[in-house]
Amino acid sequence: MIFNCLITGVGGQGTVLVSRLIGDAAIAKGLDVRGSETIGMAQRGGSVVSHIRIGENIHSPLIPTGKANIIIAFEPAEAVRVIHFLAPGGRMIVLDRGVMPVSSSLGKTPYKPAEMISYLKAEFSRPKEDQVAQAGDEDRLIIISGDELVKKCGDPKVLNTALLGIALEKKFFPFSAADMLDVLKKRTPAKYLEINMKALGLGRS
Amino acid sequence: MKKLLMGNEAIALGALRAGVSIVTGYPGTPSTEILETIAREAKVSGSRASRAYIEWSVNEKAALELAAGAACSGARVLVTMKQVGLNVASDPLMSLNYLGVSGGMVVAVADDPGPISSQTEQDTRRFGLYAKIPVFDPSTPEEAYLMIADAYNWSERYGRPVILRPTTRVCHSYASVEILPDLPQKPPAGFDKAEGRWVIFPNLSYRSHIKIEEGLVKMGEGFSAYFGNQLIGDKAPAEEGDDPVQAPTLGIATGGVSYAYAMEFLDPLPPQAKLLKVGTFPFPASLALKFLNGLDEVLVVEELDPVIEDELVRLCGINQLKITIRGKRSGDMPNAGENALASVGEKIESFLKRKIWVNISDLDKEELPETTLSASGLSPAFASLSEVPPAALAAAAAAAAVASGPPPPEAPPLPVRPPVLCAGCPHRGSFFAVKEAVRKYAKGRKAVFSGDIGCYTLGNAQPLDMVDTCLCMGAGITMAQGINRAEALKGNSDSLNFAFIGDSTFFHTGIPGIVNAVYNKADIIIVVLDNFTTAMTGNQPHPGMGRNVLGADAEKISIPAVISALGVKAIEKVNPFDIKTADLAVKSLIEKSGVRAIVFEGPCIAVSKSVSPCIVDTAKCTGCQSCIKKLGCPAISIQPVSAGAKLKALIDPVLCTGCGICKEICAFGAIGGAAL
Repeated sequence: MIFNCLITGVGGQGTVLVSRLIGDAAIAKGLDVRGSETIGMAQRGGSVVSHIRIGENIHSPLIPTGKANIIIAFEPAEAVRVIHFLAPGGRMIVLDRGVMPVSSSLGKTPYKPAEMISYLKAEFSRPKEDQVAQAGDEDRLIIISGDELVKKCGDPKVLNTALLGIALEKKFFPFSAADMLDVLKKRTPAKYLEINMKALGLGRS
Repeated sequence: MKKLLMGNEAIALGALRAGVSIVTGYPGTPSTEILETIAREAKVSGSRASRAYIEWSVNEKAALELAAGAACSGARVLVTMKQVGLNVASDPLMSLNYLGVSGGMVVAVADDPGPISSQTEQDTRRFGLYAKIPVFDPSTPEEAYLMIADAYNWSERYGRPVILRPTTRVCHSYASVEILPDLPQKPPAGFDKAEGRWVIFPNLSYRSHIKIEEGLVKMGEGFSAYFGNQLIGDKAPAEEGDDPVQAPTLGIATGGVSYAYAMEFLDPLPPQAKLLKVGTFPFPASLALKFLNGLDEVLVVEELDPVIEDELVRLCGINQLKITIRGKRSGDMPNAGENALASVGEKIESFLKRKIWVNISDLDKEELPETTLSASGLSPAFASLSEVPPAALAAAAAAAAVASGPPPPEAPPLPVRPPVLCAGCPHRGSFFAVKEAVRKYAKGRKAVFSGDIGCYTLGNAQPLDMVDTCLCMGAGITMAQGINRAEALKGNSDSLNFAFIGDSTFFHTGIPGIVNAVYNKADIIIVVLDNFTTAMTGNQPHPGMGRNVLGADAEKISIPAVISALGVKAIEKVNPFDIKTADLAVKSLIEKSGVRAIVFEGPCIAVSKSVSPCIVDTAKCTGCQSCIKKLGCPAISIQPVSAGAKLKALIDPVLCTGCGICKEICAFGAIGGAAL
């Protein structure tokens, strides 16, 4: 059994930290992990993707097309960009807040995040032959309001941890929020720990 | 005990386990975290790393030469760099191979297929062959962890430097790696003069060359039995009386991360195929010959140069084997870019199918062994695929659509996201100041902006459009001189040539170009973009910052003082966020001739604290969009205040650092909220 998780967003949104937390939590559970990060020039506002694969005998650090059990997207267009990775019956959590690329702001290519959200909703509600309806199916696409989430966690810089908290609460992972809390305490510098712990706990509210 | 490690961390811990005691390098994606990890481990008191000497050197040549001195004194050394950094270090490395080492030297050079963050797609395996230096090519973080310890042993056994060459998808992938106990560590023997043993003269080089060639042959032989090279699926020929086993006639040869991609499709290996994994150069020829034995065709899956492919073709030639080798040379595999998991799967599938299922429709399926067919018409390897090749996916999707109602909705066009200068980046102010000053004070003059390697290369994007050339580190200053000379020959004595260079790049290779300019009476304006850090690679320290890799105090070398010492008379120093002062400083230099310099000093957002973000007063904003059109700041977007309302500027408080440049340039005073 291989569990594949894809995390996507825009450079600077903190996707790398979240993928490391997930990897650490899996290792703490005694599971093997393999994955890959986008590090380098793309971290300056480009599209960034983290692949996390949990299980035995995994060869590739990249998730194959159509095999991601879950996708966590920090940005609507980035969610659409990687949707072909989602496995039949896979689940997705998306932050609805668009990050406007400069090229779009300059009026070259208009970008409307709401269109991406509509597209995702349509994709998830479309009946597909290869998709077996399963318990919790109505929860397969979770759209989170960025504005509300910022209000709740008080600091837009910990949206990444907050989103992870919600995914844990929705039982996306083969480990619990309590497992993640232990990892967070180990990996987070003391001065940021409290705000991150608060953000991680948001899934429960 | 297992630990989640990035490939670069695995390399670092592997080197420490092997007893490395001197570590040098220059930052470069995707290699940077190797040295950073060792520096981080050094903070653990009593650890091996804490007793090691670690430095970020000024450039790769210095890093390699320092390590060469240490390796000639018996220390185990590690030098880290990216592939283009090796170009800078190649002079000492080429000669050092002739001189040899007494302590093990591993040069960790990260290649970047894609390229993802590099100027070139050069292949360090090829460099190793050219330099006659062995290359270890790990395919996973775990393998890199083990390989680097072996690399030290090989280096010391042969008394030569060796290269460990991971690629981006190994450096920046991560895995749970089994951490092994430290290997014994010997203190360095110290420098032994040994009657000129360390002085490279032609006679010594000739004698060394003979030894090098002998060593390469021995290494190639040894590598055939090395764990980094593997032959999988090689069956012994059937004995009489056994059920006839179909001997494999198809071969897949691969290495590096491509091996991991291939195994995603070939685990288990179908009975018709053998697989050769190549993880070292010199090429493990005798293992490769065993692999070639009995094959009709081979597909070579590798990135960058056709190195494995060429070696196999050569072996076939020497041994007169009639085997078709398919790869880059034959047009079966792409010549550029990185391999993608899906494309590797497709290539392998079509390669195996073409041979295994030839004229399948003409065959009575009952006669075929069960193992070769599955319901999908694919081999078991593909039936159990963790990835259905996209072509099959599309077909399945089309079939599903027909079967189950509405076709998939058309996805809206996705926004493109080229990397950009961060919101609050001081370079934005510097570029803007120069651009505006040229527009205002150099009317009718041709201005060319030479750039260099770093975050500021991103100044080429619209709307700034301030980078006309970029070649390699340090080249901006010298190219500007060349362009200026050519313009003069064309009769343009008024050419305005700017050379932008970052602080770390200034120390790396910028200084000789300035010496050249002053000595030869050039006519250029040097623009140093000093943001107090090596930003693009993740904020490493450099000689201008007053601290070293371990965070300890260091001598702070003043860039303006260096420029002045080199004989440049006209030097300006300004704050890039102070647009009015910057404008006048650039103006004064435009009006002068000869070598002039301006140093913009403003901290990178990663090493400074943000102030409160700027806010747009929507009552005052006219929607003229000049803020975004002049600056291209990613924190500014143009949005309707409410649905259907007029478009106005909006500043994202998450991204805005309060740098205030937009506030300065708004003609309507509509932006406020942050102080300079």
